[in-house]
Amino acid sequence: MNESRSKTKMVPLPSQAIIPERDATQRPILEVYRLGINFGGLVAVEDFNIAVGRTEICGLIGPNGAGKTTIFNLLTKVYQPTSGAILLDGKDTSNMNTAQINRAGIARTFQNIRLFPSLSVEDNVKIGLHNEIGYNMGTGILRLPAFYKAERHAKERAMDLLNLFDMTPLASHRAGSLPYGAQRRLEFVRALATNPKLLLLDEPAAGMNPSETEELMSNIEKIRDQFQIAIMLIEHDMRLVMGICEGIAVLNYGQIIAKGTPKEIQTNPLVIEAYLGKKKGHQVC
Amino acid sequence: MKRLRLRTNVDNWLTYGLVIVAYIAVRLLLAGGNISYALQGQLVPITVYIVMAVSLNLTVGVLGELSLGHAGFMSVGAFSGAITATLLELLADTTSTTWIRLGLSTPWIRLSLAMLIGGIIAGIFGFLVGVPVLRLQGDYLAIVTLAFGEIIKNVMSILYVGYDANGIRVSMDSANALKLDEGGTIIMNGPMGVIGITKLSSFTAGFILILITLIIVLNLINSRAGRAIKAVRDDKIATESVGISVWRYRMMAFVTSATLAGAAGALYALNYSSVVARKFDFNTSILVLVFVVLGGMGNIRGSIIAATVLTVLPEVLRAFNEYRMLTYAVILIAVMLVRNNATLQHVYKQIGARLSKSLPTRKKGSEV
Ligand SMILES: Nc1ncnc2c1ncn2[C@@H]1O[C@H](COP(=O)(O)OP(=O)(O)OP(=O)(O)O)[C@@H](O)[C@H]1O
Ligand SMILES: [Mg+2]
Repeated sequence: MNESRSKTKMVPLPSQAIIPERDATQRPILEVYRLGINFGGLVAVEDFNIAVGRTEICGLIGPNGAGKTTIFNLLTKVYQPTSGAILLDGKDTSNMNTAQINRAGIARTFQNIRLFPSLSVEDNVKIGLHNEIGYNMGTGILRLPAFYKAERHAKERAMDLLNLFDMTPLASHRAGSLPYGAQRRLEFVRALATNPKLLLLDEPAAGMNPSETEELMSNIEKIRDQFQIAIMLIEHDMRLVMGICEGIAVLNYGQIIAKGTPKEIQTNPLVIEAYLGKKKGHQVC
Repeated sequence: MKRLRLRTNVDNWLTYGLVIVAYIAVRLLLAGGNISYALQGQLVPITVYIVMAVSLNLTVGVLGELSLGHAGFMSVGAFSGAITATLLELLADTTSTTWIRLGLSTPWIRLSLAMLIGGIIAGIFGFLVGVPVLRLQGDYLAIVTLAFGEIIKNVMSILYVGYDANGIRVSMDSANALKLDEGGTIIMNGPMGVIGITKLSSFTAGFILILITLIIVLNLINSRAGRAIKAVRDDKIATESVGISVWRYRMMAFVTSATLAGAAGALYALNYSSVVARKFDFNTSILVLVFVVLGGMGNIRGSIIAATVLTVLPEVLRAFNEYRMLTYAVILIAVMLVRNNATLQHVYKQIGARLSKSLPTRKKGSEV
């Protein structure tokens, strides 16, 4: 890792332009320099640079197979980058594993929902609170007073978090038995429970109907305002992306083809081409 | 959600209650002379197998990893426990300190120490097996524990341990290679195992070990660490994504499981005058696994019932003489079929729902 990093040339801070003004004076929560990975011969992501402001909502879009999920997997070390550097809150993350990345401040959801299906909704959230609760195995087995205190706290916190999404009535249900939309929300709550500084949402609106999506949009903004965290999301629903993202990066074939505000992105010919192919009017013959 | 909490609590108390009631019932039957001599001999083994099944369920049912060498840990515990007990007895005879002599001449203190040491050493072996394997992704644990069980069996068969004025001596060659003094004692004699054990185990000791096991396992399952262990079973990537070290909790469950098996092994060994390595073979590992599977993955009470019934059954079936093993197999298959039958499972669920409805519940409307 370090070796490959020293080889890569440090580039100037990317995408500073799209960080919202309120964050501009502070160091970005996430800085990514020349990130890349190849699977065998396939270059899935190449020369990916981005910076995310501390309270920014930013979007990562692109056609299917562009490499969006791969970038989340690189940021959370589910995959090891073959090149590049990731700084979280100014700290190098190259020696961290997935669990350490989370403790350092990145939480995520998954495109193919990954809950703990056999456990209750409440337990799913409490597992997210694992590092916050922090009593040890002996305390748990001996049921010392610290156990009851911590568990009471965990329960309160879990209920508060579930309440953000009006999910408290579902607390005792098996997570695997929830409808699709509720599962997505639960994953969101669980990620939030880990107290992140940066939240990565992989297609949070997938499978939701327009009214659910509407609710999700206001929830994402509410969470950002309340928790003062940065949120980076992958989404195919353009209404959501254009509606709440302050900055957008567009990916195609593993490379960023455009970066900017929603307005800039909407009118960018490269983006339109990536999504729709060449327009008839643009064709030469 | 009050309700789910309540249900787990009720569930746990039911388990403790079952064990306590069963213990009292057996005591009463024993007092009335209503238990056959053969079955009396099975009482301690039943408690041993219950502890074995409950502890294996922690690895197989709760952590979701297949272990095929649980008897290996039992073996480690059995031999280290038997050796400890013998040494303590020797120490009691030779020591000049009064309180140590008094302490060590008390059988239950020797038994407790033997189980403790047996458990700790088995736990250390669990850790050593876990270090290379539990970091790997995939089902390597099954194959490695299988090998572990076989290796332990073979190593224990060639292990010679003796004690004389110069201390403890160990050899893997022969009893002569120990080169003991005049007054030396051979504690463990290769394939003949540990001989001349003073029988320390009792049904009550087994009952107490079961209670301790239940307290450890049930409280672990229903705590922060237990949630993490169950999270690992359900989804490893998701578990890591919320900042939990998968390796750590796999290790915690596996070592706890091995430790309890070690304590059970010590209890087992100290129930007889000698113990040999052959007893703790692959068949024993599979037998315990059968208890867990038939009792239900992650179902602690199920493990207890399955271990009891399936240990008693062959004794009861003695009446069938040569058809004994055949009947045993048929009953196993029948239980499997019944357990996996959708209609019957529906009936169980209905009964379960009835039962839990009759429990005091706070909010019915929580069923959305
Ligand atoms: N583990 C892997 N091994 C090999 N190839 C992979 C792996 N993961 C991803 N890829 C490839 O990398 C490319 C990018 O995949 P990725 O899942 O990141 O796309 P995406 O932008 O998230 O697409 P979608 O919108 O469909 O979710 C694809 O060609 C995919 O096949
Ligand atoms: Mg994707």
